[in-house]
Amino acid sequence: MTTTSTPPTAAPATEPPAGPPETPFLGRFLGRFRTPAAFLLGAVLLVGVAPLVLSDFRLGLLAKYLCYGIVAVGVSLAWGRGGLLVLGQGVFFGLGGYAMAMHLKLADAAATGETLPDFMLLYGTEGGLPWWWQPFANPAFALAMTVVLPMAVAALLGALVFRRRVKGAYFAILSQALAAALAIWLVGQQATTGGTNGLTGFQGFFGYDLNDPINQRMVYVVIAVALLLLMAAARQLFVSRYGELLIAVRDSEERVRFLGYNPANVKLVAYVVAAGMAGLAGALFVPAVGIISPALIGIVPSIGFVIGAAVGGRASLVGAVLGAIAVAWAQSTLSDAWPAGWTYLQGLLFVVAVGFLPGGLASLRTVLRRRRTSSDRVGATKGVTT
Amino acid sequence: MTVILNQSFTGVSIGAVLLLIALGLTLTFGQMGVINMAHGEFIMAGAYTTYVLQKPIGDAGVSLLLALPVAFLVAGSMGALLEWLLIRRLYTRPLDTLLVTWGVSLMLQQLARDIFGAPNVQTTAPGLLTGSVSVAGVNLATSRLFILGFALLCVAGLAAILRTTPLGRRIRAVVQNRDLAEVSGIATGRVDRTTFFIGSGLAGMAGVALTLIGPIGPTTGTNYIVDAFLVVVVGGIGRLRGAVITAFVLGLLQSVLEYSTTVSVAKVVVLVGIVAFLQWRPQGLYTVRTRSLV
Repeated sequence: MTTTSTPPTAAPATEPPAGPPETPFLGRFLGRFRTPAAFLLGAVLLVGVAPLVLSDFRLGLLAKYLCYGIVAVGVSLAWGRGGLLVLGQGVFFGLGGYAMAMHLKLADAAATGETLPDFMLLYGTEGGLPWWWQPFANPAFALAMTVVLPMAVAALLGALVFRRRVKGAYFAILSQALAAALAIWLVGQQATTGGTNGLTGFQGFFGYDLNDPINQRMVYVVIAVALLLLMAAARQLFVSRYGELLIAVRDSEERVRFLGYNPANVKLVAYVVAAGMAGLAGALFVPAVGIISPALIGIVPSIGFVIGAAVGGRASLVGAVLGAIAVAWAQSTLSDAWPAGWTYLQGLLFVVAVGFLPGGLASLRTVLRRRRTSSDRVGATKGVTT
Repeated sequence: MTVILNQSFTGVSIGAVLLLIALGLTLTFGQMGVINMAHGEFIMAGAYTTYVLQKPIGDAGVSLLLALPVAFLVAGSMGALLEWLLIRRLYTRPLDTLLVTWGVSLMLQQLARDIFGAPNVQTTAPGLLTGSVSVAGVNLATSRLFILGFALLCVAGLAAILRTTPLGRRIRAVVQNRDLAEVSGIATGRVDRTTFFIGSGLAGMAGVALTLIGPIGPTTGTNYIVDAFLVVVVGGIGRLRGAVITAFVLGLLQSVLEYSTTVSVAKVVVLVGIVAFLQWRPQGLYTVRTRSLV
């Protein structure tokens, strides 16, 4: 037996066990409409209430957290449901972000009558605009690229890697190395990518002035709607036949293969969709936060995308998104006030959430209930982990 | 000609550092399927051990020689403690181990920052290891030669342990078939802890060697860890031979590419090369053959 490729036998609980059968009628009625009702409530809170009660500054922060939430939707799909530890989501976040940022830079330059973005004038780039920048002047092309480019890269890497059954830890390390390589490459190409500083200082967003608070609020609403739509889409994917198949591949890849499916394709779809979501999140991050740089997409932030999902519950869509938002919030709140403390807390989160609560906070109730019932039973089965 | 020799020597010395780091990894990764992201911090611990020892001892040569065994013990104990506290509880979940040990690595880095300060520190190299010798018109830094020799010594030592001692036999048995080893009366848990001790100790000694080629800081280990993992992935798990060949090949490739292009392009090309290589050999260069479904 080779230990590296053992499928995770102790998979996190995906769904809480069905409620006791003696649920009263009202409870059953509510249970049936619980998901749409909760979704509606979330939508009202995010799109309706938040812009009314939050200041411009807080709303801007929330917009940033929601972008991380969008990445978490993809992480929940690929990692939570597919068992693919995606440690390189920063690559796709970055590709989407840079595609958007390049267009915004070119649009800004065109608005002031320049042909080159401001930072290129600063570095004195010879030979005019690089050829690979030129198509990004077209807004439709740039918008499409924010999603197509990450998905294409993911499809290429995924097809090569999954087809040869490179999996588990090998896949995780390769995806991480990809994040490192992209960040290093971006830093190296200072004259054409802005180097360590990244791309920043955007003035307009498809004709809207980004310095105007009302337009910042519009960007927030766009992000919130995107998150809600993607969550709804992901949920449909989760409950579809494909979603079942994905879980089957996660839990017993060989058995799925013997049943006549090709696990490589199943995993590829999850990986590519997750990459597209990360790309879109990166693209929306740029107008909301106003910067994209290698520091936001390297190894450390890439793992950061995973931790939020792990804390909230990787296999639970809502848990993963809320976890990502909460961790991002904690990071910006704590890292300013007490940077050392935040690093310790982040490390502790990894250890506790992943090590001892693999289902995340979303599974807390199930775990507690199981613990209570199993301690009642005499001689409870040993060795059953969550 | 001189350029080629120069670049080859640089490549070999990059390879030697990678090898030193990857040795411990291939041991723990191969035996337990554990991805220990905190391995880099054991390197850092070894490097700081050298720094701490140098202050009271003064003489750079003595402190360096003393630092090697001490760093082995310090990093090894940290590794054994980590195994006992966390990793042995996660054997069925190798991917989760990766994330948990990453969390540990974050905390250890911050701890180093709190104890030694965020800026890098520099140790003094012994006089013997600061110069260079000239062979065929190529200047070979003695510190790099020392690291190369030390890496080869470590490989030889580890190979001897694995091949001849009872402990080595037990380790090999667990690598090949954990269940069968366990029913044959091997205390696999104890073997695991010993392996982890040795693997982490090797990282500590690698850290001592790193103090010879540059300043050390809280992120010293992290800078090398991804490359070291790639060595293990390409070399195949559980076999020293794969790690040795891969480390030197990657080191040479890196140095040649860096010379002809730039550092950043070299990194990308090496990664693309690795993905292409895995198309040909998805299990890495050498692997322990089993009949299990992979």
